[in-house]
Amino acid sequence: MKLVENTAGRPVPTEVNGTEQTPFQGVGEYRPTGNKAAPPVRTCTDYPPGGDKRVRSLKEALQKAGLRDGMTISSHHHFRDGDLLMVQVFEAAAELGVKNLRWFPSASFPCHEPIIKHLESGLITWIEGSLNGPLGEYASSGKMNGTAVLRSHGGRWQAVQDGEVHIDIAVIAAPTADSFGNATGDRGPSACGLLGFGLVDSLYADKSIVVTDNLVPFPCLPWQIMGQNIDYVVEVDRIGNPEEIVSGTTELTRSPDRQYIAELTAEFVRAAGILRDGFSFQAGAGGTSLAFAIYLKEMMKEAGIKARFIRGGSTKYLVEMLEENLTDFILDGQTFDLEGVRSMRENPRHIDTSPFTSYNWHGKGNFASMVDVVVLGATEVDVDFNANVVTHSDGILLHGIGGWQNCLFSKCTILPIPSFRDRIPIIVDRVTTLCGPGELIDVIVTERGITINPLRKDLIKATKDSGLPIRPITEIKAEVEELCGGPPAKPEFTDQVIGIVKWVDGTVLDSVFKVKGTNDA
Amino acid sequence: MKEESVALDMNTDFISAAPEPDPEMEIRSDCIIRYRPRTSGGLDIGLESRVMVMYGQSIHQLAEQTLTELGIAHASLHIEDYGALPFVVQARIEAAVKMAHPELEAVSLPELKDQTRQGSRRDRFRRSRLYIPGTMPKFMLNAGIHQPDAIILDLEDSVAPPEKLSARFIVRNALRTLDFFDAEPMVRINQGDLGLEDLEAVVPQPVHLVLIPKAETADQIRTVDAKIAEICKSCGREEPVFLMPILESTQGIVDAPAIARASGNNVALAIGLEDYTADLGVQRTAEGQESIFARSMVVNAARSAGLQATGTVFSDVDDMEGLRSTAMEAKSLGFDGMGAIHPRQIRVIHKAFAPTEDEIEMAKEIVLAFDEAQAKGLGVVSLGTKMIDPPVVKRAQRIVDLAVAGGSLEKDWKHLE
Repeated sequence: MKLVENTAGRPVPTEVNGTEQTPFQGVGEYRPTGNKAAPPVRTCTDYPPGGDKRVRSLKEALQKAGLRDGMTISSHHHFRDGDLLMVQVFEAAAELGVKNLRWFPSASFPCHEPIIKHLESGLITWIEGSLNGPLGEYASSGKMNGTAVLRSHGGRWQAVQDGEVHIDIAVIAAPTADSFGNATGDRGPSACGLLGFGLVDSLYADKSIVVTDNLVPFPCLPWQIMGQNIDYVVEVDRIGNPEEIVSGTTELTRSPDRQYIAELTAEFVRAAGILRDGFSFQAGAGGTSLAFAIYLKEMMKEAGIKARFIRGGSTKYLVEMLEENLTDFILDGQTFDLEGVRSMRENPRHIDTSPFTSYNWHGKGNFASMVDVVVLGATEVDVDFNANVVTHSDGILLHGIGGWQNCLFSKCTILPIPSFRDRIPIIVDRVTTLCGPGELIDVIVTERGITINPLRKDLIKATKDSGLPIRPITEIKAEVEELCGGPPAKPEFTDQVIGIVKWVDGTVLDSVFKVKGTNDA
Repeated sequence: MKEESVALDMNTDFISAAPEPDPEMEIRSDCIIRYRPRTSGGLDIGLESRVMVMYGQSIHQLAEQTLTELGIAHASLHIEDYGALPFVVQARIEAAVKMAHPELEAVSLPELKDQTRQGSRRDRFRRSRLYIPGTMPKFMLNAGIHQPDAIILDLEDSVAPPEKLSARFIVRNALRTLDFFDAEPMVRINQGDLGLEDLEAVVPQPVHLVLIPKAETADQIRTVDAKIAEICKSCGREEPVFLMPILESTQGIVDAPAIARASGNNVALAIGLEDYTADLGVQRTAEGQESIFARSMVVNAARSAGLQATGTVFSDVDDMEGLRSTAMEAKSLGFDGMGAIHPRQIRVIHKAFAPTEDEIEMAKEIVLAFDEAQAKGLGVVSLGTKMIDPPVVKRAQRIVDLAVAGGSLEKDWKHLE
């Protein structure tokens, strides 16, 4: 594999899985031209005039969709660790005797562990999508035949529109659907809220299959997925495990350190002048992010401030803010708990969004860049404010990118993270894997102080007299290293690239190398 | 280390120094040590670690260094590490070794860090004191960040008997290593002889204050004080080690005045109500009528001896309203502070013990009047037509300081007036 150094100084391959790659050229520098990919032309008379597109089984649907060797099957991850469908899909594909498939999920989870056997048998050659848990470990050990390609949610949409990934068959798990293929995620026994991650699949795949365990008579309302984009509908017993799809309740962090970090983050937002009437923010479902939202909420109530919108994932905490009229809207990308799903069904001030509305490099603008402040996590950051979300300091690939890269484009990006986990310092000299260029990361909040990217002179000025513990990043780093017994040793890598990290524009930002000593295939 | 004594232990199983297993709680920032002496074969050190890639080598080196410092030449040692900081690894190894060789006198101390060497004052604020079990290093690491006035590394009630030795070394090493920022480092020693042994380990370290549990007689305080003086002499410590007797029995309460005056190093009296109410034979209630005498006794005994008085802990960490009213009541009885068992209680306590707006306004006037009298070279301070006595000025200054510490008054308020 030929490696070149990209503008971020990272060695990246020029070809991956037989596809030519463009090295990262800098934030906002890569502007491809030409036309977007498009699905094949259809004729409506090829579909049942009565609108009933049901077929008897997954196997039959795959057969009718023309499944053969080398094809790409895609899926969404709105069921998170509660997905029961994709294991069934690949069982059916195995029965059909095909091989060398590429799986193109928006993310995979520990529940997909049984799919490892299909990687070993040759049914699936490689997975292109976020790898969480056992599949990540499998890829890390260099056992996967192809190279893992890690993309953001927006990057997935971009890759499909670029024609970089052509989806032969999309399998769309639908908590509720009708026989025409209209589908929604906001109701049914496997309700997950939204289906936005599967939208691009429905639009661009050669063939799209909706699979549901809750078939309703036409019309299924609302329709987050339109039946006009669907070829077949399959009814199965169960597509998801509700307890793993959305949590009953999302939990606030109970760690006093994390609560303190969340509070400092909210105080920073206030001190920087971001907290004002009509502002917007995004906070995820992590315990610290939730706690941040709660501290922010108290400040908003105190100051009589109302947000124009909050970008979700919806949680009960954001729903409370909506119901207490502290925000006009919630813009949902996904939904994290049952309260979020309920509110989405009942309250019209939830707005369905997708990677197309929020994150797409080829869109005519994105919601993500309109957000005043976003708080995100990271496994590592470095003294240049670069951040890592996919590997840990030991070099093992463990997480996907999700919408993380796309959210970095908000007006103020804050990473509230502990300064060390167990004994591992989070601030390092150089991140193991580069996922977010430092120029887009504005503030890092740790329990040992706040550090502001020197590029953000405005934020430095605004918070100068705030009394907040604002410190140079190198000072916090030194303090933590002193505590932890020196800087952490680096893992030793082989020269085998087991995965690449794409930037939001489709260029290659970094490579994930195989760690020495991990199991060989 | 003599070979004979090692041989005695040859057939025993591994000696373990391990955090208490708690199925509810994940082990973090700690480690399990298994130690087995042997007579030959050198040191055999096995390591499993969550941070193997980053710190495996340094943990190995540290283990070897610790054993060598303890004079162990032949042993089998296994470390099951969950991201323990070096001072914890070192302490747990020392505990395991000393459980196998109780007569061993050598110690293995981590480097004394600069940030630990700050002095204390008799009359500093002690509004909140955060208890941390001596075997829970994960709670020690960031404790200072939550800004309690004091951090108590506890060797007594929160440490189970098999863990006493580990706790002693973890606490000793933590005092040498960790930055508690502006919090005053305190240690609660065990009762009786075990407590005197604890002193050997902690007094040579940068500890500011020792809490004496179940104080019942003045003699008890004098014994501790004498032991501390003896250790200070041999280790060359010049700074005082302040004392805070905890009165938690009927005997202690009735002898409170004598206990308060038992040592010049006493700076505060604390009350512990769980044991006290049990001793009294009554149920502890939220209203606290049953302990009103005891609490007032402690306050009066402390005040009359020129000491601070500090209240008990409030054990429901989710009930902030209950905590607030308990703290307000303690303040109204004359207490200067109380214990905390969770960082989230600290701010509520500080707020409760902060002076009221009226108190602050009055105190400011008195302080300004005093300044003016000083500037004019007047011996007598007066406010309007009223003469102000020196103790009143002192009290006013303290209220102003408290208000500044609690954030309700700007530090340079005089210039803002």
